Amino acid sequence: MQRLRIAHPEGLGRSAFGDRLFIFGVGASAAIFVAIVLALIVGLIQGSWPSIQAFGLRFLFSSEWNPVSQQFGALPLIYGTVVSSIIALVVAGVIGVLAAAYLADFAPRQLSRPLAFVIELLAAVPSVVFGLWGLFVLAPAMRDTVDPVLQHVLGFLPIFQGPSYGIGLLTAGVLLALMIVPTVTAISRDVIAAIPIDQREASFAVGATHWETMVHVVLTAARPGIFGALILALGRALGETIAVTMVIGNRPQIVASLFAPSYTLASVIANEFIEATGKLYPAVLLELGLLLLIISSIVNALARLLVWTVFRKSKPAV
Amino acid sequence: MALTTTAPARMRSTLRTRRLAGAIGIGIAGGCAALAAIALLLILGFIVVNGARAINLPFLTALPRPVDVPGGGVANGILGSAIVVALATLFATPIGVFTGVYLALFGRGFFAESVRFLSDVLSGVPSIAIGLFAYTILVAPFKHFSGISAAFALAVLMLPLLIRTSEEAVRSVPRALMEGALALGMTTRRSTLRIVLPVARPGIVTGLLLGIARVAGETAPLLFTAFGSQFWEANPSNPLAMLPLQIFTYAISPYESWKQQAWGGALLLVAAVLVLNVGARFVLSRGVKQ
Repeated sequence: MQRLRIAHPEGLGRSAFGDRLFIFGVGASAAIFVAIVLALIVGLIQGSWPSIQAFGLRFLFSSEWNPVSQQFGALPLIYGTVVSSIIALVVAGVIGVLAAAYLADFAPRQLSRPLAFVIELLAAVPSVVFGLWGLFVLAPAMRDTVDPVLQHVLGFLPIFQGPSYGIGLLTAGVLLALMIVPTVTAISRDVIAAIPIDQREASFAVGATHWETMVHVVLTAARPGIFGALILALGRALGETIAVTMVIGNRPQIVASLFAPSYTLASVIANEFIEATGKLYPAVLLELGLLLLIISSIVNALARLLVWTVFRKSKPAV
Repeated sequence: MALTTTAPARMRSTLRTRRLAGAIGIGIAGGCAALAAIALLLILGFIVVNGARAINLPFLTALPRPVDVPGGGVANGILGSAIVVALATLFATPIGVFTGVYLALFGRGFFAESVRFLSDVLSGVPSIAIGLFAYTILVAPFKHFSGISAAFALAVLMLPLLIRTSEEAVRSVPRALMEGALALGMTTRRSTLRIVLPVARPGIVTGLLLGIARVAGETAPLLFTAFGSQFWEANPSNPLAMLPLQIFTYAISPYESWKQQAWGGALLLVAAVLVLNVGARFVLSRGVKQ
């Protein structure tokens, strides 16, 4: 422990001024941060203004993406983004919540910490590495193994019809799922652990098994928090760019089959921004960026609200 | 359990069924956890196996060569990434840490709440949107790609993480420590900088390392800020080669030799990121022990 040096008695005026300057400086850092965020929002709005003026709301509902004729419609992009994210959410939601339940309650303590650590490491892997692995390992595996099985068993559904190249919506969805599983697992695990133990004990006392307690009592109580985790993960999936770009096929189209190549909002920006010529094309892509900003902010705010309510309620009522 | 001996037969048989269902459920839950862990090991395994083949001295020290000309490397990408990430850290650390200090010690009321809210919002914004932002303010006006614009984009990405971890680290310092310092006559400035911050240092450094790890692997914001280069470039006001960009370009190319290099670059990147992550946890655990 450091020895505290008694400060020299400084004149009241000097120390008060130095203090005020310090607090002002620290507050100024916060103000600079706020300014940066506001500049981000304003900058994107300003940059996308030509596009907003040219297309207005029908931008969101039009299907034509033709840089040559300067006709831009975001509908296929929204479709690709939403569908790949929903696939990811379903897969990662099931796996992630079950894994979180296991880690929080069922796993022996020796096992749960290293296992949780390994799953969290998945979140540290860079997006481009996921994309590389997805392109050269996952896509061929999907094309050669998973997709034929799906087509064989569930081929009567239009979503599993059509040829499979490995590159497409389903592969992108599965890759995204892997990327968001750590988010779902980590937050769900915290939420589940925050449910007061007396809830569990009361359930055991009336004769429920451990599994029944988890499903009927703990998960029910944790529901808002778990929804929050899922929505947060959805937000991450919606904005994921590089990994998706590498496995989605980059074709703006709306087709029923999940095996078909597609395109997402983020991917089109990544692929086409450098070569976007003229005044309208870059503004269109900036508008897509603005769209991503708005969607992710709403999703994020909603998610944190949900997670926060669980932690607030978990204060034990004495 | 008393139920197994005193309960009526019907209840005992349903108990067996319920126990069995529970065991299956727990097994499936454990299987999901194992699945997630196996996925990571699978990814790392492929990267290590495929990447190790590509890594040799020329790979680490040479410039990119034309396709199928042997001896090409990613050395300029390593240099560029190091420069840009260092600049980003330089820019983001004072703002991020001091904002965290502000929120933990001095912030009150609407302004502090809105800072926290904006930090949360920013943490969810896709990195490509932030790349667009950096483009509109640092590339378009100068008509010039640059490492500085990339550093700015990465710094903006780092800020929410730094703010959050710094705030938590400073909050975890016992209030009595600062109050004792103030009671002894130290100025607020001194007691914050000399007493509170050193105690919070492990937490802050952990946040810094995690932020660097996160940002070192980002690719999307680099696409139209750093832009990439084939040559040695250390001047950040010019376009720079950066490792994630090179991995991306090589991976989506049709050339086998470039795809090999992509694996090698991925191994380097993952190794760096994992070292930073594990190092961050190590710093945290050692700091806590003090």
